[in-house]
Amino acid sequence: MPHTAIQINDLSVVLPDGFHALDGISVDLEQGKIIGFIGPSGAGKTTLMRCLVGRQRITSGSLSIFGMPAGAPALRKMLSYMTQQTSVYTDLTVQENLRYFAAMFGIPRRDNAAAVAKILEAVDLQDKADLMVERLSGGQKQRVSLAIALVGSPKLMVLDEPTVGLDPVLREQLWTLFRHLAAAGTTLIVSSHVMEEAERCDDLLLVRDGKLLAHGEPAELRARTHTKSVEECFLKLVGAHA
Amino acid sequence: MSFSKTFATTGRVLNQLRHDHRTLGLMLVVPCVLVTILRYLFDGELKVFNAIAPMMLGIFPLLMMFLITSITTLRERTTGTLDRLMAGPISKLDFMFGYAIAFSLLGLVQASLVSGVTLGFLGVTVEGGAFRLIVAAVTAAFLGTSLGLFVSAFATSEFQAVELVMPILMPQVLLCGLFVARDHMADWLEKISDFLPLTYSVDAMKQVSNHADWTSDLTHDLLIILGFAIVALVLGSVTIRRRE
Repeated sequence: MPHTAIQINDLSVVLPDGFHALDGISVDLEQGKIIGFIGPSGAGKTTLMRCLVGRQRITSGSLSIFGMPAGAPALRKMLSYMTQQTSVYTDLTVQENLRYFAAMFGIPRRDNAAAVAKILEAVDLQDKADLMVERLSGGQKQRVSLAIALVGSPKLMVLDEPTVGLDPVLREQLWTLFRHLAAAGTTLIVSSHVMEEAERCDDLLLVRDGKLLAHGEPAELRARTHTKSVEECFLKLVGAHA
Repeated sequence: MSFSKTFATTGRVLNQLRHDHRTLGLMLVVPCVLVTILRYLFDGELKVFNAIAPMMLGIFPLLMMFLITSITTLRERTTGTLDRLMAGPISKLDFMFGYAIAFSLLGLVQASLVSGVTLGFLGVTVEGGAFRLIVAAVTAAFLGTSLGLFVSAFATSEFQAVELVMPILMPQVLLCGLFVARDHMADWLEKISDFLPLTYSVDAMKQVSNHADWTSDLTHDLLIILGFAIVALVLGSVTIRRRE
């Protein structure tokens, strides 16, 4: 029996300027899965992610993670958030960045170095540990940002466009890493506006204009819409809603 | 709140500065150069310089810590690192005090250097001694940091953060009693200056300059500065929202 990690019930967010960022989203998401938030930019993916990590005020509806309301203090230790910009301290070395976040997750000093080394290996940045982040390439910075999201072995990782701008080899590596994490029970939320990435997810949420267009496994969605790819499926659904 | 997280934040902020040699140079060397220039500006009137130099020691740390804190925290807001921290297990107070301690320590180094130059090299004498001078300068640095943290919420770019120096700090510099003694100002200006924290920083420096013993006015000034700083920190922590 799969465990539900996230329950979203009629969730709406109206931003202060009156914009309806999310409009009545209801969905249950399972633990240990890679869940893709797919949709064009401006669809509400980031807002939904910010709701999950407790950074966004919810206008109506409810959102619970591991049985607790989103934003509950006990959840903060169990989740990590990688924002769309590379949110790293560029004026620190790679290692200093990781050590700081390790301290924030309460990892004791003596375990700090080992934890950091393990994470650096996972994102293949061992040889860059002592370099200043500002000296790294865009893709490397992105991996530092992802590395920070791995600190503290969170049960839920919310990753906003984690593979954008990465080369194919690296993207492949990261997906392998995501697979390992999911197999170990981590729930991963990954947003993307690249449809080919969608095929790799276990579960998909197609989002547009703040509404949930469809939810299901990629194969299921393709079958339901009689299409060959998630991209076609998305276009067909958009057509039906337009 | 957790001490290890607060101090880890302090360490991280100081680490960032350690890598930034130019900023460190600007913060530590420039005040020394400025106070030296001031000495030769008043070459024929060393008595005047003797009275002004300690006041400058109250103004420098406030100005510099204000600028540097407002810009660094603004950067945390705009680059997403604050998003990350606020989604994670850190309390706002860890964040705020981490910053306040880091820049107060830097203020301590700055004040020690500038007092060293002023008292040693430029021959200024203060009745109250170097230690009290440094204590007063560090409280000013703490105040500058707190104001910077608070004000960074009202700027949306680094450009604006710098511009806020004009409406927020310039009036304080004008009214603090450096240019004109406060009792010579128009009554209404003097009343306004009663509510500006820099007034008390400058007065604290005057107390240290002119009195050999620790006066009750000095205690009073320092407490008021700390009060302002703490209010700014609390208001600042309100502007850092977990949920936006």
